[in-house]
Amino acid sequence: MAPARKVEVQEQILSANDRLAEAIRQQFTKHKVFAVNMMASPGGGKTSLILRTVEALKDEFRLAAVDGDVVPVDVEKIAATGIPVTLINTGGSCHLDANMMTGALQEADLSSIDLLIVENVGNLICPAGFDLGTDAKVVIASVPEGDDKPYKYPAMYRGADVLVLNKIDYLAVEEFDTAYFRRGVEALNDGVVFFPVSCRTGEGLEGWYDWLRQQIRKKKER
Amino acid sequence: MHELGITDQLLTLTLRHAEEAGAKRVTRLNLVIGEFSSVVDESIKFYWDMLAKDTIAAEAKLCFERVPGLLECGNCRHRYTLAELEVVCPVCGMAQSRVVDGDQFRLASIEIE
Ligand SMILES: Nc1nc2c(ncn2[C@@H]2O[C@H](COP(=O)(O)OP(=O)(O)O)[C@@H](O)[C@H]2O)c(=O)[nH]1
Ligand SMILES: [Mg+2]
Ligand SMILES: [Zn+2]
Repeated sequence: MAPARKVEVQEQILSANDRLAEAIRQQFTKHKVFAVNMMASPGGGKTSLILRTVEALKDEFRLAAVDGDVVPVDVEKIAATGIPVTLINTGGSCHLDANMMTGALQEADLSSIDLLIVENVGNLICPAGFDLGTDAKVVIASVPEGDDKPYKYPAMYRGADVLVLNKIDYLAVEEFDTAYFRRGVEALNDGVVFFPVSCRTGEGLEGWYDWLRQQIRKKKER
Repeated sequence: MHELGITDQLLTLTLRHAEEAGAKRVTRLNLVIGEFSSVVDESIKFYWDMLAKDTIAAEAKLCFERVPGLLECGNCRHRYTLAELEVVCPVCGMAQSRVVDGDQFRLASIEIE
C-alpha cells in the first residue's frame, strides 16, 4: 500500500466561486457597470427597494436587473418599469452563485448598462457566502424581523457593504431597539454604510439614491 | 441547505489537490470552521457522503477544527471568545466590541495515499 502523505491546502472553500466572481468583476470594470447584490429574508423588501430605485434613477442612468427566483412574479413587476430584466431560475437553490450569474450575463449587453441590480434569493444565510462579482453587497433588514438579526446571522452582516433597514414606518408600532440593532451591526462590520428607509412612505430613500449616484459616477471615472 | 453548494466546492478543491499530488485515495480532510461562519458541520458530512460517493475521496474522514468567535472590546481592548455574538465586554461592560476572528471556513490540508 502506498504510504500516507499530508498535502497542505490552506484555501478558503468557495474559491471556485470566487474565481468566477473575479471574472465577472473584470467584465463590470471593463464596461464601467456598477453592480449591486441585494440580499434579504423573504419579504424583507428587495423587490420594493428595486422598484423604488428604478423609478428614481431610470431617467438619469441606464439600468438593468437580474432576479433569482423560481417564479417570474418579481421579474414581471420589474419589467413593467421598462428596464431590461433577466430571470435566473434558481430551481429551488437557496442562493445565487457566480456560475448562475455568468450564465445570466451572457444575454446582457453590459456596454449599455450603468447600474445593474441583482435580486438574490430570499435568505439570510446562504447568499452571504457567494460572491457574484458585484461592487457592493447590500443587505436589507426590516423592522418586523426584529432587532436581533445581526446576532443571529453574523456572516451576512459581516460581509455587507451597505445595510438598509427597511420598513421604518413600523418603528412606531413594533418593539425594535435601534441602538441594540446598531451595536450588533457595528461589532460585525464597523463603518458599514447605513440607510434606514421605508419603501412604503419613501422616507430615507434619498440618501440611498444619492449614494448610488455617487458610486455610478465614480465607476465611470475609473 | 447552502451546505450543498459549499460541499460541492469542497469536493472539487479536494479532488484537484489530490490529483495534483498523484493520490490513489484521500483518507482525511482537515477543515477549519469558525463559529461565526454559518456553516453546519453535520450538513457538510451529510452532503459529502452523497457527493463524494464514486470518487477517490469517498472514504475520507472529515475532521473539523472549530475556531470560536473572537471579539475585541473597543474600550479596554480585552479579547474574548464566544460562540455567539455578545457585544457587551465582560470586563468593562461597554458595548463596543468588534469581531476579529471566527468567520472562516477553510480546507487546511488533506491526507492521501
Ligand atoms: N410597511 C411596509 N411594508 C413594506 C415596506 N417595504 C416593503 N413592504 C411590503 O413587504 C412585502 C414584501 O416586500 P418585497 O419587496 O416583495 O420583499 P422581497 O421578498 O424581499 O422582494 C410587500 O407586501 C411590500 O409591500 C415598507 O417600507 N413598509
Ligand atoms: Mg422579491
Ligand atoms: Zn472592555
